[in-house]
Parts: sequence; C-alpha cells; structure tokens
Amino acid sequence: MADKIRGKVFVVGDNIDTDQIIPAQYLNLVPTIPDEYEKLGSYALCGLPDSYPRFVPAGQMKTPYAIVIAGRNFGCGSSREHAPVSLGAAGVEAVVAESYARIFFRNAIATGELYPVECATRLCEELKTGDEVELDLTARRLCVVGRRREYETQDLGEAKAVIDHGGLFEFARGTGMMARN
Amino acid sequence: MGMTITEKILARGSGRGGVRPGENVWVMADILMTHDVCGPGTIGIFRREFGEKAHVFDPERIVLTPDHYIFTKDQKCLRNIDLCRAFAASEKLPYFYDPGTPSYSGVCHVTLPEKGHCRPGEVMFGTDSHTCTHGAFGEFATGIGNTDAAFVMGTGKLLIKVPASRRFVIDGQLPGLVMGKDIILRIIGDLGVDGATYEAMEFCGGTVSALPMSERMTICNMAIEAGAKNGIVAADETTLAYVRQRTSKPFTCFQSDADAEYCATYRYRAEELEPVVALPHSPDLVKPAKACGDLRITRAYIGSCTGGKTEDFIAAARVLKGRKVTVDTFLVPATVEVAEALRSECVGGVPLVDIFRQAGCIEPALPSCAACLGGPEDTFGRCNGPEVCISTTNRNFVGRMGAKTASVILASPLTAAASAITGRVTDPREILPS
Ligand code: SF4
Repeated sequence: MADKIRGKVFVVGDNIDTDQIIPAQYLNLVPTIPDEYEKLGSYALCGLPDSYPRFVPAGQMKTPYAIVIAGRNFGCGSSREHAPVSLGAAGVEAVVAESYARIFFRNAIATGELYPVECATRLCEELKTGDEVELDLTARRLCVVGRRREYETQDLGEAKAVIDHGGLFEFARGTGMMARN
Repeated sequence: MGMTITEKILARGSGRGGVRPGENVWVMADILMTHDVCGPGTIGIFRREFGEKAHVFDPERIVLTPDHYIFTKDQKCLRNIDLCRAFAASEKLPYFYDPGTPSYSGVCHVTLPEKGHCRPGEVMFGTDSHTCTHGAFGEFATGIGNTDAAFVMGTGKLLIKVPASRRFVIDGQLPGLVMGKDIILRIIGDLGVDGATYEAMEFCGGTVSALPMSERMTICNMAIEAGAKNGIVAADETTLAYVRQRTSKPFTCFQSDADAEYCATYRYRAEELEPVVALPHSPDLVKPAKACGDLRITRAYIGSCTGGKTEDFIAAARVLKGRKVTVDTFLVPATVEVAEALRSECVGGVPLVDIFRQAGCIEPALPSCAACLGGPEDTFGRCNGPEVCISTTNRNFVGRMGAKTASVILASPLTAAASAITGRVTDPREILPS
C-alpha cells in the first residue's frame, strides 16, 4: 500500500501502445512464472523508438524510474496484461497520463501492478526524464522536488483500494467477496 | 427512455430490467475465449487463485484457440501451446482447437463465428483486444486481460461498466471497389485512436445492412482501434442465415429502441466513401489511397482476423487475376476453412490459389496470426528490417509486424493487391473498372 511515491520520472508522449511497452516477441513469457515475470520487467518499454533513453539499463532487470509520465491514450492496442505487468515487474509504481486506453487501465487495476493516475495537465510537456517527483495519491497531487509548482491529479476512486490490496483477487478476499484459500 | 442494443444485452446478461451507461454491473459470460498468448497466463492465475483442484465455471462456455504461435520453433511459444493443451485435457474442454491435429482451426476471431460460437444477444469475453469483432453478430463482445479472464474462468462473471453508445449511420450504395475496411478506416481517421474510448460503437444504416457478415466483422474488428469497448451491428436476416448454419443453440436478437440515447451520432453517405489507407504508424493517419501514389512499398501482406477471410482473398484475386505482383506478397488465410476456400473458390472460373500462383505471390501459408503481430523472429512474413509493408491487418504501430524500422500501411485487400502489382500505394480503381 502506497500513499506517497517518490522517485525519478520517465517521460513519453501520446498513444504509447502495448507493442512499445512490451513487444510481441516477449509475449511468450508467462507472467505467473516468477523468473519470467522478472524477465518481462527487463524488457519494459523496450519497443520505444531508439530516440528514447533506455528505460531498463542494459544488463539490468529493474528500471531507475519509479513513475512513467505520459500524454494521451497510454497503453492503447492489445489486451496483453504483460504490459502493466512488465512495468510493475521493472519497478514502476505509477503511471501519470492525460488519459488511458480502456484495457490497459483495467489491467493495471486488476493486477494491482501500478497506479494508473490521470492528470489533466499535459505533464509530458512540463517534466523531463530524470526529474525527481513526489506523487501523493491521497492528497492527489504531484510535485517536482526542488520546484514550487504542484500539479493536481485525478481521484482514482475505488480503483485505489483494489491496487492497495494487490489486485482484483486480493481485494475480493480482503473485502469478503471471495473466500480466502 | 429506450435502450441501445449494447444496453439491452448487458441488461439481459446481468439479469436486470434495464441498465444505463456508467453503471457497474455483474455480467454473466456466455463465452470466454482465450488463446496461446494470454491463455497460459490466465490459466496460471486461475490455478493460483482458485486452487489446483478447482474447475472452470462451465467447460461448454470456454473456447481455447491457439493461433499466434503456429509457425515458430521458439521453445517457450511451443511450451505455451503445451500448457493450453494440458489445461484443455484436465478441464475436458470440448472446444479446444489443437494445432497440429485435425481439430486445428486458426485465428480465434474467424474461428469463433465459423464454429458457431457467435450468437446474437450473448456476452463474450476474450483475452484479445480484437474480441470486439464478434459484435458483428449482434452480441456484446469485448477484450479483457488475464486477471479478469481468470476471474471469469472461475466464477463465470465479471464486473463491467456499461458503455455509452456512439452511433454511425451509413446509408446509400457503396461504390464498387470500396470495402468494409475503407469504411472503418475512414471512421477511425475521423474519430482518432482514442475517439471512442470506453464506448460502444454501433454501426447501422442501409449500407451496413447490405454488407455480408465478413465485412461487418472487418468493421467491428477495428472498433478497438478507436479505443472502443465494443463494436456492434444489430442482427438481421444476414446474421441469422450465417448463425443458424453453424449452431442450433437458442439466442435472442436485440434492436436499439427508437428513443435510445447515444452520446453522438455520425452520418455517412456511402457514395462519398473511397479506398483509403492508414499511414505509419497510427491507424488514424487515414488518407485516400489515390493521394498516396508516391509511396513505394517493399512487400504486401494479406491475412489476419481483419483481412484474411475468404471474401478478402476473393477481393484480392479479382485484382491479381491475369496480373503480376512486383513485390513479395504474403498470403495468410485466417483459418483452415479459409485455406480450403483458396482451393475451392474461383474468380472467373480459376481457383484462387492458381490466380495467386500465376501472379507470382508467395505460396499461401498455414492458417494463423503469422506476422500480424510480429512474434518470434522466425514467424512467416515478419518484417525483419526496414520494409514498407502494405497490409490488410489492423495495427501499424511501430514494431507491430516485427522490426522497429519497418513501416506498415493499412489497407483493404483490394488496395493491398493493387499496390502489390504497382509497387506503390495504389487505388484499386486504377487497376479495375469500378
Ligand atoms: S490476426 Fe492479428 S489482430 Fe487478429 S488475433 Fe491474430 S494477432 Fe491479433
């Protein structure tokens, strides 16, 4: 359960599709097998054009960026749950985007892998990769460390509780909708 | 206040008298589809969450169609098909279309209708974003992730938000060489790739009613490319003629009420539509094909759930008959039934396979998804370098068909075939009289 996430941001633009988040040749990795889950993380965002810096440094399994900042329609394209899973496995705790594609948004919540936060401000034009920020999920704001400017983010509503629990199934058990096994 | 077809189906599926957009309702699944990409993960979550001894909610309602990893020798891909096979055996799934056996079929979204799994009025969930294809049969069909699918597998239901409906009314006579693909690309071009996010796209009007099922499928297939939750066409005589041949199960046809509420309505005149393409790297970068004649291509690809159906190959054959392609032309029938039709169907008395052979195309591949989503490097037709591929598939994101350096141009089978002849983007009306 997280209420404040502090770390470096990685900034991308509009319409980042699931092929860029996790290219199809890595979909043979099954997320429920632990070492394949780790591997998925190492490939997160490797489908981005080469003009971007590397999201996960060569030879490493985790990203130095805790938060991804994006424009509109983040996660469009395929229904592959490998997309939020690869970001979560790489160590991403939240994405802050102007808007999301429906299936990605839902998968992020159902897996509990990361908080898909919306922000009406076009943060992808305000922030730079490497900026250090603090995202406060309860107070619903994002601030850049060392700068005065604060950005309001939108309420995650009930989705926050699902992610806090660690995803759909844990939430269902935690709230008595499903028996514990 | 009246309801749209989508609302009526979700009301039925949730056992209520009515539902409104924005409401969250528990809906029973009539069909859950999964395949070799998302099946293993779904099965993994199902086992982890419900236990090793648990059983699926209803084996009759689960359809398992390996289709993506058919060409490859990649060990993990093959293992994933084995995981599906073992699960189908342990759960005694009657609808497992097993690769390498006589029950194999091919691409899920063409298999489901052919095998009688699409029925008006039903709710279908699938672990594939193009599950929206099946809205062509007057049902609610949408793509979900592994976790949601595992939940459905165990419980038979899912909590979903009722989408608002956006209506597309298309009337008039479609010009000769304009296809369903041109209609949907035009709509996506107008809406943008997130123009219908969370919504239902309802297609209606005289033009849509006159379309065969294959064309309605092409249109609904790409609803997700505008961000929609589902695409839908009301069931009519054409639908019933198709469905009744393939299933004896009962079903219910719904129509939208005259006073149903839409978040927006768009009207198109069919006479004004023309062959279009979507340029790299987004399905909404739509231009008339005739305006892109300077764009050279290095290969053509006819296949996938969008453009690899029997009717798509007939369209391509009309253009290719008696002509020669000048670029590598890949043909991938979606299913075994389509592959058989390549031999049995004729244009001008000549079987399709012979037309393709004489035109210089590469021999048709085994039915599967093949290079539509890139896949492992040994996948048939995959773009492994900076190719420019004109393709009847549905997505042209960076890297979608393989290498990041490749460019994909989306088009109808008529436009793809015409372009294969000239080696540049070509309006089919340049080749055939319309
Ligand atoms: S043909 Fe392409 S779009 Fe259709 S299911 Fe296969 S990979 Fe997906």
